[in-house]
Amino acid sequence: MTTGRRFLGVNWLAVYVALYVAFLYLPVLLLPLFSFNDSATPNFPLSGFTWKWYEGLLATPAMLDAARNSALVGVAAAITATLLGICAARAMTRYRFRGQKAMNGLIMAPLVLPEIIIAVALLLVMLRLGLELSLLTVVLGHVLICVPYSVTVLIAGFEGFDHSLEEASADLGETAMGTFRRVTLPMVTPAIVSSLLVSFTISLDEFILAFFLTGTDSTLPVYIWGQLRFAARLPGVLALGTIMLVLSFILLTIAELYRRRAARRANVDGGPLA
Amino acid sequence: MTIATEGQGWVATPARRGFFRTEQRQGLALMSPTFLFALVMLAAPIMVVIAHSFWTQNYLTIDRSFTLENYRIALTEPIYRDLLMRSLALSMSVAFLTVILAYPVAYYISFHGGRYKSLILFLITIPAWTSYLLRVMSWKVILGYKGVLNTALLGTGIIDEPSTAFLYNTNAVLITLTHAWAVFAILPIYVSLEKVDRTLVEAATDLGDGPIRRFLRVTLPLTIPGIVAALIIVMIPTVGDYVTPRLVGGKDGVMIASAIEVQFKKGANWPLGAALSVTTMIVITIVAISSVGLLRWAAGRIR
Repeated sequence: MTTGRRFLGVNWLAVYVALYVAFLYLPVLLLPLFSFNDSATPNFPLSGFTWKWYEGLLATPAMLDAARNSALVGVAAAITATLLGICAARAMTRYRFRGQKAMNGLIMAPLVLPEIIIAVALLLVMLRLGLELSLLTVVLGHVLICVPYSVTVLIAGFEGFDHSLEEASADLGETAMGTFRRVTLPMVTPAIVSSLLVSFTISLDEFILAFFLTGTDSTLPVYIWGQLRFAARLPGVLALGTIMLVLSFILLTIAELYRRRAARRANVDGGPLA
Repeated sequence: MTIATEGQGWVATPARRGFFRTEQRQGLALMSPTFLFALVMLAAPIMVVIAHSFWTQNYLTIDRSFTLENYRIALTEPIYRDLLMRSLALSMSVAFLTVILAYPVAYYISFHGGRYKSLILFLITIPAWTSYLLRVMSWKVILGYKGVLNTALLGTGIIDEPSTAFLYNTNAVLITLTHAWAVFAILPIYVSLEKVDRTLVEAATDLGDGPIRRFLRVTLPLTIPGIVAALIIVMIPTVGDYVTPRLVGGKDGVMIASAIEVQFKKGANWPLGAALSVTTMIVITIVAISSVGLLRWAAGRIR
């Protein structure tokens, strides 16, 4: 397509898009900016560069505990959600069966439900069953909201996957398990890695479910929520936020690269064998 | 789509029926772990919430006799009614504003993105992946009395003294939520724009339609599904938002989620909290469906 619409020699649509992207990035980029600012209140003009808020974080045991909890919850949720996602994505792309659409609808439902509803529903059930609230209950909640994203990523990776390769493997005498391990798995690994990273990132940043479902242990967002009441702690929170931001960015870039690799593999029918 | 083409293989000749029966069974078996998880962790808990909404609570004991009293309170008590109305108005405003602001962006990427399409899309999704809590807090820093916006406006001489009009009100909630849900509106609209057959647009040009008529009569109607998806994806979750109203909403910005939280935590009236949750879900579904219907009707009128 040609360039955008011009009026008075200016491409207004492009200008609007640039402004919109600036609007999207403004709050995200302010966090790192103020986290290096040598002032207890986040406002302009900046008063000087400092690492002290980051150093302060390392001397906060509660923060380190929360970080450890978040990592544990994230890893557990990512692995569980991806395992469940693999089952559903494979069933969705490889098989046709009655009730498929309805089942998929329920699995994807957390995407269009207010999170507070999911949170209170799970909380109510846990309390009625007399289960102790802990990091485990947080993991269960996180798996629920990670699965739809995991399924979406995995379906994209499994789709366009050439089944004749699996058939060829079976014809050549491989067992179903062997075919899966030696043919299917290598083809879908990029999508699986991508799903793991996306799920981990979602779990790392999730607040509402963790806030409702955790017991005495807090995850990073729950810890941050507790800190927000104290104005003096704000710079430390900004520093922590910056670290989480950089971490999310790195994980998602890797996930995106893997996703593209998965898409490319799916497109070259049969890959190097063809 | 593979699903669509594979679906055409559904020919139930007697010879193939046996094959499809095992196919059916294998598919079901593979789907069941994920489905059962969703059933136990989502469908069942929501059923429990619905059941509780018809019961009453006396301190720690639940009285299981059927009553509509909780719904009466949820719908007629002024505090809950006002909170619900305000939440609905806010989530509708956010949904429409987000879609209107996002449409040109999705249009630009789809029609003028060229080979940078996927790069621009990735760049747009990054802010959405950063911690929601921190983004809301960042807006607090921007909109505050000594915030970035006031500093900038003072610096350029547009205002003489810092304004308190930006933070702790409905507008702050609107801005923050419009920012938070931007990507969820851009992506569905982008997908539907990608599906628009470019030859139709060219045909409209050849037949003498100007750019605006061409957009209104060809492109816009064809992207209604994307707009509808974007509206629903934004409207339904935002009605129950908890963080944004609490951090930037002040007194005027309180939404229904805070009331639900109180009933489940401090207030400890689970049945009332359950009734508030169910009411919110039902009302937002009705509102979303009627907005979509209205939009489709309006789109039909344009042509």
